[in-house]
Amino acid sequence: MWSYLLKRVLAVIPVLLVVTIIVFLMLRLTPGDPAANIAGDAATTQDIEKLRIELGLNEPLPVQFAIYVKNLAKGDFGESFYYKRPVISMVADSVEPTLSLALFTIFFACLIAVPLGTLAAFKQGSWLDRIVMAFSVIGFSVPVFVIGYILIYVLSVKLGWFPVQGYQHIGDGILGWAYRLILPSMTLSVIFIALIARMTRTSVLEVLNEDYIRTARAKGLSQSRILIKHALRNAAVPIVTIIGIAIAILISGVVVTESVFVIPGLGLLTLDAIQGRDYPTVQALIFLFSVVYVLINLIIDVIYTLLDPRIRY
Amino acid sequence: MGFINKSRSIAQSLLIAGALVSGGAHAEKVLNVNMHSDLKIVDPIWTTAYMSRNYGYMVYDTLFSINTKGEIKPQMIDTYTISDDGLTYDFTLRDGLLFHDNQPVTSEDVIASLKRWGAKDAMGQKMMTFVSEMVEVNDTSFQFKLNEPTGLVLQALGKPSSNVPFIMPARIAATDPGEQISEYVGSGPFVFIEDEWKPGDKAEFAKFEAYVPRNEPGDGLAGGKVVNVDKVVWKVIRDQQTKMNALSAGEIDVIESPSHDLLPLMEADPNIQLFDLNPFGNQYTFRFNQLHPPFDNPKVREALLYAFDQEEFLFAAVGDEAYFKTCKAMFICGTPIATEAGFEEKLQGNIAKAKALIEESGYDGTPVLLMHPTDLAILEPLPPVAKAAMEKIGLKVELVAMDWQTLVGRRNKQEAPADGGWNAFITSWNSVDNASPLSTPFLNAACDKALFGWPCDEEIQQLRDEFSREPDAGKQMAIVEKIQQRVAVAPTHIHLGQWYQPTPIGANISGAPVSPVPVFWGYEKAE
Repeated sequence: MWSYLLKRVLAVIPVLLVVTIIVFLMLRLTPGDPAANIAGDAATTQDIEKLRIELGLNEPLPVQFAIYVKNLAKGDFGESFYYKRPVISMVADSVEPTLSLALFTIFFACLIAVPLGTLAAFKQGSWLDRIVMAFSVIGFSVPVFVIGYILIYVLSVKLGWFPVQGYQHIGDGILGWAYRLILPSMTLSVIFIALIARMTRTSVLEVLNEDYIRTARAKGLSQSRILIKHALRNAAVPIVTIIGIAIAILISGVVVTESVFVIPGLGLLTLDAIQGRDYPTVQALIFLFSVVYVLINLIIDVIYTLLDPRIRY
Repeated sequence: MGFINKSRSIAQSLLIAGALVSGGAHAEKVLNVNMHSDLKIVDPIWTTAYMSRNYGYMVYDTLFSINTKGEIKPQMIDTYTISDDGLTYDFTLRDGLLFHDNQPVTSEDVIASLKRWGAKDAMGQKMMTFVSEMVEVNDTSFQFKLNEPTGLVLQALGKPSSNVPFIMPARIAATDPGEQISEYVGSGPFVFIEDEWKPGDKAEFAKFEAYVPRNEPGDGLAGGKVVNVDKVVWKVIRDQQTKMNALSAGEIDVIESPSHDLLPLMEADPNIQLFDLNPFGNQYTFRFNQLHPPFDNPKVREALLYAFDQEEFLFAAVGDEAYFKTCKAMFICGTPIATEAGFEEKLQGNIAKAKALIEESGYDGTPVLLMHPTDLAILEPLPPVAKAAMEKIGLKVELVAMDWQTLVGRRNKQEAPADGGWNAFITSWNSVDNASPLSTPFLNAACDKALFGWPCDEEIQQLRDEFSREPDAGKQMAIVEKIQQRVAVAPTHIHLGQWYQPTPIGANISGAPVSPVPVFWGYEKAE
């Protein structure tokens, strides 16, 4: 197991190297000029050229890349072209909102989707099953911003139960932090409830037809014990996979939700950085997202072994 | 209804409880504002970006400012005199001017700030060609010695838009103009709270308690800058619908730049008031690239002056006549130098005349590459209107869709359109930028030293120079007419009309100042 983990961690290095090269090249080969953006509308060509020199954008690409990799090796992601702040501090500021939203959303989604999916499988063909399936179709089909606008209109504008927008840092009060996360998490969780409920139903259905479930029933175990201890646990591997992927998606930025609810997270930071061609910020963010994806996949693999002792690496 | 009110009050109690738990209960008056963009660069001399200019008006003060009539008035200056020969300007600073670090503003600071600005800004550079010496007479008095008379000095010092001659402490102004400053100390009515600046989220400004406003009532950027709130927070909200909902719910107090399609909803909302705070509005402009055919030919450019109909552009982009105005004056309707000279028969869709000019021009069918920014609602509808008009007169047009930032990068490329360059695009300026022949960026026709589009016109340059040397307002007006007559046959750009951006403000807010630039003194917030 430990040697497997070590191998997986070492395998991250070539992945990050490829990501670094691709992102570096894509940014420089995409149309757009950060110097022209920064200089403003009334800047002359000469002003912009001076700025390009100041930002190091006049150097040949291999030189720019060498400087970037050299700094990266020292853990230096550089400074934002615009804000003149270390990129790493900007990313750190945006991690808390994104992580909070991701965890709230996953918590909501699992709390609702796993029992619903399990019950739908258990009552296959019943009205409950049909409702869950219909909900999952709607959850997949309706864009997140539409759900967000509807919830804001009803729960914020009309009923005044929640603020329309904004995020409160956990350090400024845990009640306010949680309160402001409810509406965006509800919005975002709809699609994940649909996804996880559907996956849970399918997995549990497969398991319910297994011999050991029939044996458990023959032994006279209660339905709840059969469902939770025998069916759900054995159906958990694909469910954990989908939850892991959901967390990775959520952490790598949910731009629409962050935009509608004004949550200053990684998604909006990425969007702004791409729109402004803020190369150091985009490079750092993509690097971070790659690490998150690799780590989450690793954690999922480890969880597999805990859920199913037959899995060995 | 009772249920709704009850549930609303429960929610409000929860919020208050949350605030108490976090220790956040206070009676501070905070004006929450959604600006048109995020604050990115906090050096208003280093960049010409409007957000940095707006930031500058919060943190710094100016020697002179313009009022709502476009007149230049003293701001930090108490008294000034001009010698009879027009070669010596003596200035005295007002009493009580302090920087945010409580150091007095001195002549040394003023001269250092003007040197940095004069090295960077086009109008500043022009002014400095007349200034042979800036002399520090004592701590509060300084003198300009000119090598020849000009009407430019006060106009330049009162320049309202980027780059504005803001006054900084001498140690900060000593920063190379090509580098960003790293200390944010001004003498303006607000103090920038650096620790609360969260890129992509918010920027905060506290009232500068030691600021001494002028005694005159506020009038545009001139007069007393009286601050009635404790703090102003610029909150970044990107989604237009969310901005409106937040304003209606009282979570923010002002939206600088709302989408025009939401205005009818806002007009009907009792929690929102709409004001036109910028009487000069904005001006749409069509920019040619004169390095390449067909716009290297003045006849083709003039043909577009006949072909384009301002009303068509304004209807397409703004829609509601309440928020736009056709205006043939290049230097903005309503300013002291507004005139239609040269454009009387133009800008009204005369296709027959335009076609005749195209035939005369010997146009060879070279396609026009017109850049089309698809991500800015206020610009997106315009290029198709231009394309339709150009095709009517026989030009071939290739509309190339792209995001605005790509356009900004591409417009600086001098290569041929087929090699990544361009022929034309449409943009919008804050009207105060285009209110003078010297400040209008697109009128600079200094060939490779001009802005993208690179017009090269000796006559225009000579007339601008004459304008800058002429101290008499009447004679300046005659020069303006000559400039317009020249531009009408050899256009550097085409003005496509003025449009206005109403500012939505919460129902409990009053005192919003009328000004060409969004500023936040004057505002009152009722509980």
